[in-house]
Amino acid sequence: MTNNPSKVHEPLFHIIKRTAMPKWQSWIVRIVSVLAALIVCGVVTVLLTGEDPIQVYVKMVEGAIGTERRIWTLAQNTAMLLCVALAVTPAFKMKFWNIGAEGQVLAGGLASAACMIFLNDKLSPVLLILVMLVVSVAAGAIWGLIPAFFKAHWNTNETLFTLMMNYIAMCIVSYFSYEWSVPKGSGHIGVINDATEAGWLPSIGGKAYLCNILVVAALTAFMYVYLKYSKHGYEISVVGESENTAKYIGINVKKVILRTMLLSGALCGIAGFLLVSGTDHTVNRDTAGGRGFTAIMVSWLAKFDPLYMILTSLLIVFLQRGAGEISTSFGLNDSFSEIITGIIIFFIIGGEFFVNYQLKFREKEANK
Amino acid sequence: MSTQVAIELKNITKTFGSVVANKDINLTVNRGEILSILGENGSGKTTLMNMISGIYFPDHGQIFVDGKEVVIRSPKDAFDLKIGMIHQHFKLVDVFSAAENIVLGYDDGKFNMKKSTAKIQKILDRYGFELDLNKKIYQMSVSEKQTVEIVKVLYRGADILILDEPTAVLTPQETEKLFNVLRNMRRDDKSIIIITHKLNEVMEISDKVAVLRKGEYIGTVNTSETTESVLTEMMVGKKIDLNIERTEVENKEDRLIVNNMCYVNRDGVKVLNHVSFTAKSGEILGIAGIAGSGQRELLESIAGLRHLTHGSILYNNAKTGKQDNLRDKTPVQIRELGIRLSFVPEDRLGMGLVGNMDIVDNMMLRSYKKGKTAFLEKKEPRDLAEKIIDELEVVTPSVNTPVRRLSGGNVQKVLVGREIAASPTVLMAAYPVRGLDINSSYLIYNLLNEQKQKGVAVIFVGEDLDVLLELCDRIVVISSGQISDIVDARTATKEQLGLLMTKSKGDSDDDK
Repeated sequence: MTNNPSKVHEPLFHIIKRTAMPKWQSWIVRIVSVLAALIVCGVVTVLLTGEDPIQVYVKMVEGAIGTERRIWTLAQNTAMLLCVALAVTPAFKMKFWNIGAEGQVLAGGLASAACMIFLNDKLSPVLLILVMLVVSVAAGAIWGLIPAFFKAHWNTNETLFTLMMNYIAMCIVSYFSYEWSVPKGSGHIGVINDATEAGWLPSIGGKAYLCNILVVAALTAFMYVYLKYSKHGYEISVVGESENTAKYIGINVKKVILRTMLLSGALCGIAGFLLVSGTDHTVNRDTAGGRGFTAIMVSWLAKFDPLYMILTSLLIVFLQRGAGEISTSFGLNDSFSEIITGIIIFFIIGGEFFVNYQLKFREKEANK
Repeated sequence: MSTQVAIELKNITKTFGSVVANKDINLTVNRGEILSILGENGSGKTTLMNMISGIYFPDHGQIFVDGKEVVIRSPKDAFDLKIGMIHQHFKLVDVFSAAENIVLGYDDGKFNMKKSTAKIQKILDRYGFELDLNKKIYQMSVSEKQTVEIVKVLYRGADILILDEPTAVLTPQETEKLFNVLRNMRRDDKSIIIITHKLNEVMEISDKVAVLRKGEYIGTVNTSETTESVLTEMMVGKKIDLNIERTEVENKEDRLIVNNMCYVNRDGVKVLNHVSFTAKSGEILGIAGIAGSGQRELLESIAGLRHLTHGSILYNNAKTGKQDNLRDKTPVQIRELGIRLSFVPEDRLGMGLVGNMDIVDNMMLRSYKKGKTAFLEKKEPRDLAEKIIDELEVVTPSVNTPVRRLSGGNVQKVLVGREIAASPTVLMAAYPVRGLDINSSYLIYNLLNEQKQKGVAVIFVGEDLDVLLELCDRIVVISSGQISDIVDARTATKEQLGLLMTKSKGDSDDDK
């Protein structure tokens, strides 16, 4: 018998799932990913534009935090992205792929705008804002609850369902943009109650966005506690990890799905309310501005931890704002800033691969 | 009959981690021969066949096809050597027709459906298959789907066919049809390897029988020179003395009475067929049977996870003296009745525990609702986790380690520990020692014995017949969803159990 088991043709390397990586080590991987991303971006910048990469990065930072106004805009955008990310997190933790945050935000925003238009002179300012909040929450919740109901009862595919609900919400908003447009027929609602500022969130200490930021900060704390320390949060984790286990211990899976999507939609509703009442004072198809999708990335990158989400949402908004500045100050078109953002995000997500997996190369048989 | 060797295995060994699935297996199959591979669950039959068909790669040993040594790295390599496997679970595209599925993925020059269909039809006629080639898969019965799988393999020119438990899903009439086709193939000089545990079928169809037991090769015999009882003995082995202490508990009471339990699964298959038995307090009731005979459904129905189509599950409450019917009650409702029913499911990390949660959070699974506030109470589960780690010697870095990172034995200790901590009156355990080392296994046996002595009605689903015979008081033997017999474990023999377990559907089926 020829004893030659090494004739086995193994592949060059295997990908092995790591059991665990110490925290400090995983952060090193992440930092290295960002550095690598910056280097690659620098090379790409020089090759494509011939600009000095250092100069480009300086502009980027300036664009994001160069002036006090820019810092406030950055904080406001971060807060809004974080708010939507907080909203999708319970659903994703339950492995309910809610990609319909965009629509849920729009539903909430539209409800707010409707209140502002029709109730501006009928209620006191404080009461108006409260009514707006309640109605937006209800609108977002209903928009989230519809796919959840179908999922719980007939196991429909929530990804497609929530996606479709986005388009429905956009079309409804388009319709009302026309219906309520000022001047009539222009298709734009314009700033609502510009003169009276009825239904506008008040500025605190002269800071227009501070109210939004405080609300989102409170929501972040609430979601952190809710997911980590409450019985509901525990049920969400169990249903997400294993529906069989949930059934085995007698969790009513349908109820948890409905309740969680109600919460997810309601938080999106709040985001819609904040965007309309606190930021834009109007509503249109782009009110959500793609945050419903970007929020998913924020949530995943933070491993569904609301505190880390502050960091990830800040990172993404920082990149967006900085890249935007590069385009304008160097006279490049928007695509270039998107290329830079894309490269950086690609490296960050790629870094996660090395946190979770390791490559094991084939041992050289010849050495044996 | 020619005696040309088609495929030969020499000293094939395969290990998964520390588990030896196959050890030094030797097999020879000639042209025009049907070989049965016989063995209990977990004896390594499917692993062995997966190595021939390129799904696994052996650690040691050699495979010869037509006398030449070969290396089979992938299913494609196997196809190139004219080896085809028909898996237990079909791999077909539902919305395609039979013919489309058969030609799918096979490159034989220019694609021409008409020509291919004619070629398929030739194969059908040659071996006597009955199949409508234009029928879509989703409209087909299980037996028709199987036919498509077999024809698919033949269409690719396979000379060596491996069938993994082909009769498990068939009615007796369909089985007879399949056997006729197989005989036609044998006449055509094909080599057929068929994995099964039904003795009567082995005797009926095969020329030779190879027996595996616990991953080891026991031997090959000619079917014509053997009997069912000889094969059973080869399959189950001589009785091994395990020295498990078995005590007799006084004052047994009927605790759980299962009456005429019937269950039909989503595919419309009758998985449990008029099952009736009584579990008594202070007794370990064993359930023996080939895997997939309905054990899982039986326990899950009692635990409130499945809806029966017929029958009742009566629980005699010793405290209140009342009798409750647990049928159609959810696990929560059962708990609300004051019934402490513990269940160690077969799927530990997929059902009993949550792999990504730590030991403390897993302790909470049963009790997280305790307390009036909306927040979790972590003190009690933490104490319980520490107690279990201490008493059952769970090897873990800390109570905050996700359970999926623990070894199999430690995972099971966590699960069994939690279920016993609920001081149950009924304790059900499905394959609680599967994959465990000797020491952990004995620890589990002792825990079950302790519970029995405390007056718990223990229901133990096991696969090792030696253990069942030594640990249990009575054994319910289940075969294809029916009870073949309930025997006294103190007097029964392994051979008796083996025969009862392999009693096939056709022997006593009344409604097919």
